[in-house]
Amino acid sequence: MSRTELQLTAQGRLRHFLDIEGLSRELLTEILDTAESFIAVSDRSIKKVPLLRGKTVANLFFEASTRTRSTFELAAQRLSADILSLDIKTSATVKGESLLDTLRNLEAMQIDMFVIRHRDSGSAHFFAQHVGPGVSVLNAGDGQHAHPTQAMLDMFTIRRYKEDFTRLRVAIVGDILHSRVARSQIHALNILHTGEVRVIAPPTLLPKAAESLGVRVFHDLDAGLSDVDVVIMLRLQKERMSGALLPSESEYYRLYGLTTERLRRARPDAIVMHPGPANRGIEIESAVMDGPQSVILNQVTYGIAVRMAVMSMIAAQPAEDA
Amino acid sequence: MKIRIQGGRLIDPASGLDRITDLYIDSTLIAAIGEAPEGFVADREISADGRLLLPGLVDIQCRMREPGQTRKARIASETRAARAAGITSLCIPPDTLPPIDNSAVIELIHHSNLKAGNLCHLYPIGALTKGLEGEQLSNMAALRDTGCVALSNAFAAFANTLVQRRAMEYAAGLGMLVVIQPRDLSLYANGCAHEGELATRLGLPPVPEAAETAALAKDIELVAQTGARTHFGQLSCARSVEMIRQAKRDGLPVSCDVAMHQLFLVDRDIEDFDTHKLTLPPLRSMRDRDALREGLADGTIDCICSDHQPQDQDSKLAPFPSASPGISALETLLPLGFRLIDEGVIDLPQLVDRLSTAPARIFGLPAGRLAPGEIADAVIVETGRLDVCDPAGFLSAGKNSPFGGWDFSARAVETLLAGKPSSGPQAAELKRRASDR
Repeated sequence: MSRTELQLTAQGRLRHFLDIEGLSRELLTEILDTAESFIAVSDRSIKKVPLLRGKTVANLFFEASTRTRSTFELAAQRLSADILSLDIKTSATVKGESLLDTLRNLEAMQIDMFVIRHRDSGSAHFFAQHVGPGVSVLNAGDGQHAHPTQAMLDMFTIRRYKEDFTRLRVAIVGDILHSRVARSQIHALNILHTGEVRVIAPPTLLPKAAESLGVRVFHDLDAGLSDVDVVIMLRLQKERMSGALLPSESEYYRLYGLTTERLRRARPDAIVMHPGPANRGIEIESAVMDGPQSVILNQVTYGIAVRMAVMSMIAAQPAEDA
Repeated sequence: MKIRIQGGRLIDPASGLDRITDLYIDSTLIAAIGEAPEGFVADREISADGRLLLPGLVDIQCRMREPGQTRKARIASETRAARAAGITSLCIPPDTLPPIDNSAVIELIHHSNLKAGNLCHLYPIGALTKGLEGEQLSNMAALRDTGCVALSNAFAAFANTLVQRRAMEYAAGLGMLVVIQPRDLSLYANGCAHEGELATRLGLPPVPEAAETAALAKDIELVAQTGARTHFGQLSCARSVEMIRQAKRDGLPVSCDVAMHQLFLVDRDIEDFDTHKLTLPPLRSMRDRDALREGLADGTIDCICSDHQPQDQDSKLAPFPSASPGISALETLLPLGFRLIDEGVIDLPQLVDRLSTAPARIFGLPAGRLAPGEIADAVIVETGRLDVCDPAGFLSAGKNSPFGGWDFSARAVETLLAGKPSSGPQAAELKRRASDR
């Protein structure tokens, strides 16, 4: 079964949410529209709707996370689901058998939906292939492959500030090579017919065939930021220095750090985004992060609504053994 | 026992023979082709009417998992699978557990083979360095004298280039063949997919071409320096083919092989994260696959191996980067070979050469020929009847094959080893398959 077939029902509805690639513009738009309706719920004093009442959601995080995990938890709670959150300490040598055993044990507890983060690319598909009928998998990050809910909350954020994707120039800056967020963002932006998608990074932090993703590649930040409407900064992991991918944090900041000065290259109404957690003074200056063009904290808020949207759309599917 | 194999289309690439004729076997050897020797009375007649009669296949890269990983496979299961698939000679790389670096391990392999009924000839490849640790030279002469046909460090790295050079020099002094799978392990890093569009899209840790070609360039230089007769195993890149072509033009004593699956599958085939397509070296681009096919046709690539790596089910039941690499490949070697003919890549005599004659010649094995005086290893092949590949029905303990569902039109119907027709496994298997229909 192809990757796209795996996450859709025979009717083309969401069965799992594993990957942005292969989804239609209509489906992405539907997720964004649904999320819009949940924004209102979060503003009410009683922040709950009963869409997932009686369902149990398990957060299965094989990798550390604060933001993603807690916003998934809140999203499930606001949909009235029961939620079980597990941090699974794993060694680098964890074997497939024990992964599946973990999943099967939890399935035996009648879990309806798994939210899974794992260090291996393709792990979400692996889990989705092995859960029973009527059980869904939401990918909360698989290796360097995909982080689809993050990408959708980023699209939601962009749509809140900018109207028409087709007229936008969007630049993604930083470690594209290791970033599942960037891969999902690029797919989502292209599916939504974004005018131009740019990636800006040194060659050591770019995948070999980056252009094949449908982006323009820049190694120079100033050139890449010129006239963009949206700047998405990516987190720089400290371990990139030891892997000889970069000389030092200071040199990275010199070349790719987003400062007030450099942001002037972008359009005056450009917004600045970051999936978090941000390294102040390494990839982004505090003044930019806390400045008027930053929408970073709004992204977090929207994350709850977007995750509610995806969960409710999956829950709305009748159980089937697709 | 005296056997007459009657009426088969006999192919012997070494002599250029390709005609419908009879083959006479006396005990373990081929007595004659065409006319029966004086006074020859066959104890048994085997009809090869309408079928092909080829020298038994020679697979120079086959992992048996014994000793060390017998939960995955055993010599008994794998020689049974090989024999039924028309393979009569198998070379075992030294990375068993413990490695093939002393005579005890070699004796164990031969003992297991004997106990299993001696279904194939097994030829261990000895370790170039002790324990495959890449630091001290192994007792190469002792390994040679206990029956190792070549020396290799398998996938293990040398401590440094100096050790590699000395290992090659020393082996050359003994006149032994050195086998190298060119790989720069630091460039491999933790990679599991060809560095290209697919790995970019799926976020799979990439293996660059240079992980093979940079190592190969260095290895070829060391061949030039040491004069060691060297065979390069399981090449995957277009550039590697070109480098070997040039090395041969330069008169260097090099040869090479390609794993059968590299001639069919490409990186795009792992789109669905199917761990049965996880191999090392990884499946490369279509351009690489085409260059490998071209190299095979023009003789730059001397032979095809199975690179058989049986895995148990759990080893493949994991997310792609964490699964174990390798394909259970013995039982698809011959039928995929015939697909190469169907697809116009090579012709039948070339296929027989790449799968039998050439590997036997390079590794110095008494095999790969159908001629009077040669050991009577032969396979009768039936073609033209469509068969859908079903890995669940493999005789190998490893059912890990990405070729399930492929249409095959050739299969071994009888494999003789040193004049002995297969009795048990192949006959039983054929009966089982027949009753499945």
